[in-house]
Amino acid sequence: MSALLPLPVVLPLLGAALSILAGRSRSAQRAIGIAILTAVTVISVVLLVAVDRDGALATQAGGWPAPLGITLVADRLTTIMLTVSSVMLLAVLVYAIGQPGAERNHVGFQSVYLILAAGVAASFLAGDLFNLFVAFEMMLTASYVLLTLGGGREQVRSGMTYVVISLLASALFIASLALIYTATGTVNMADLATKVADLPPGLRSAFAVLLVVVFGIKAALFPLFFWLPDSYPTAPSAVTAVFAGLLTKVGVYAILRTQTLFFDDGSRPATLLLVMAGATMVVGILGAIAHDDVDRILSFNIVSHIGYMVMGLGLFTAAGTAGGIVYMVHHIVAMTSLFLAGGLIEHIGGSSSLTRLGGMVRTAPTVAVLFLVPALGLAGVPPLSGFVPKLALVDAGLVDDQHLIVAVSLVVSLLTLYSMVKIWSAVFWNPASEQPEYETHTVGRLGGPPLMVLPAVGLVVASLAIAAGAGPLFDLAERAAGDLLEPAGYIEAVLG
Amino acid sequence: MTTTLALIAALLFGAGTYLILQHTLSRILIGLALLSHGANVLLLGSGRRGTPPLIGSGEPDGFSDPLAQAYALTAIVITFGVSSLLLALAYRSWVLTGRDEVEDDVSDRAIARGGHADKEVTDEEAWHYVERVAADDAIVDDAANAVVGDDDSDGDGGDRQDTGAAGRA
Repeated sequence: MSALLPLPVVLPLLGAALSILAGRSRSAQRAIGIAILTAVTVISVVLLVAVDRDGALATQAGGWPAPLGITLVADRLTTIMLTVSSVMLLAVLVYAIGQPGAERNHVGFQSVYLILAAGVAASFLAGDLFNLFVAFEMMLTASYVLLTLGGGREQVRSGMTYVVISLLASALFIASLALIYTATGTVNMADLATKVADLPPGLRSAFAVLLVVVFGIKAALFPLFFWLPDSYPTAPSAVTAVFAGLLTKVGVYAILRTQTLFFDDGSRPATLLLVMAGATMVVGILGAIAHDDVDRILSFNIVSHIGYMVMGLGLFTAAGTAGGIVYMVHHIVAMTSLFLAGGLIEHIGGSSSLTRLGGMVRTAPTVAVLFLVPALGLAGVPPLSGFVPKLALVDAGLVDDQHLIVAVSLVVSLLTLYSMVKIWSAVFWNPASEQPEYETHTVGRLGGPPLMVLPAVGLVVASLAIAAGAGPLFDLAERAAGDLLEPAGYIEAVLG
Repeated sequence: MTTTLALIAALLFGAGTYLILQHTLSRILIGLALLSHGANVLLLGSGRRGTPPLIGSGEPDGFSDPLAQAYALTAIVITFGVSSLLLALAYRSWVLTGRDEVEDDVSDRAIARGGHADKEVTDEEAWHYVERVAADDAIVDDAANAVVGDDDSDGDGGDRQDTGAAGRA
């Protein structure tokens, strides 16, 4: 079974190469992309089932034994993230094919997209810190290209900020790697888990905070979030949807992994994480309320809701971490479908500005439904997908006597509802007060271009499935959280 | 030896941080390069020192740590790739805007000006505002270009635009 582990990384890379070779035929490229991502989805599901049944899997690429070689590890959290991300990558690829713009005009889109998929999978599977760095770079370099693919003025401006801040984070990552390697003589995560405990407490706390900063930049945590709402909205909406759904979550995943695996109760920066989580929620949602553009409001909502996942982690209890994991799954699906709906709104309404859009509940009822379901889900309205993880987080917070962060999270939920209703009333309910700046399109029989509507419908159905299957999903997340907080199984799988 | 490496890394980090805080893109790029070099030097210094780690060339106990060097090499290659992409982006930005500096986020600036509460400021209107400002600056820049000439535009270009930015702020 562990022979399957490298495939989620290798297959997309192979696909990217094939896609370049097939550059003359756009349909061949599309077939390759969809086939590869479908295969990755199937493999991820198989891995999820196997890991949940038998415990963590590990493999040593290149044949060097564990603390030296390239280790790939999959435990429950890894496979949950792999499954959700590959489903989402597949849906967005179909959407990108249906959307006029990015994919159609660029011969490189498909291969860069597949490299991004490989980078994301490699980040989830990485068993040592240095491979995590390489995987991050793979993912980020692909994302730089996707973000600036058009080469327009706005894209270059925001792309600059994004690349500079990411490169800065990478330099910090290398510096922390060097320090950790000096102190412990290893970068293998399982090996580190046993060796970090021998370090003096001050050094341990310093490493913990350093890693929070490094991954906090990628996860867009307060106060390191400012680059996100500026850069995401300028890309084509399919690209923004992937970034919104995945890239920040990879940062959150890395925080989850490193904080739980390396550090014990004494050196985990629990209070720092909770304070950052609360501030992220509040500042993010205030930004969403202040802005008047669909993409920007959604982008600030990404930032705000990263806070919930980190809150779950910051409690460092099984219930809290499980809540955070379920929240992450829900957020990937809900946020992606919101951005897909946002892309449809832009395509049909010819603008993303709230003042230039209006009355779409009559002109585009399908899009209205596709927006409303994930929007209410994001706000945590029962019985939709956001309700269960939020309830779990609030419950875990109350059990842990963290009343302040619970109060903040509840208020921010209400404000999320407000910001979503703001989009709803301006875009769908009220008439437009100004003319749209781009060309508008009629909706047609399916309620939009079929290949754009179908993936959006698929993801909305997936978010409803998360809500319906919340019980089993939460049990799975609790087992995953148990693995994280008691990493003996993980360490044994790697070191034998 | 390790102390020297640590001092060099500190120097590179300091200079890089200073340059990254500038308003000119080319300085930020150099700053990023220095920061990455600092991190790589730190990575090199993290391994054990000794003789070259070649099998058969001596006692393995006296070898330097090859892993740290492999990490540093990988990091250098990655930084090199991303830096070239960044240079291409900076050049593209210069071609598009004719200026070598970090531009503000217009939508944020519109909200910071308080244009939001009473009147909706759209991105497009905000852009018109920026273009007006840019047009004003371009007149100043053209005049300066005529005086300075091409040859030492590298040295003086940054300063000139710095004063331009300061004047606007």
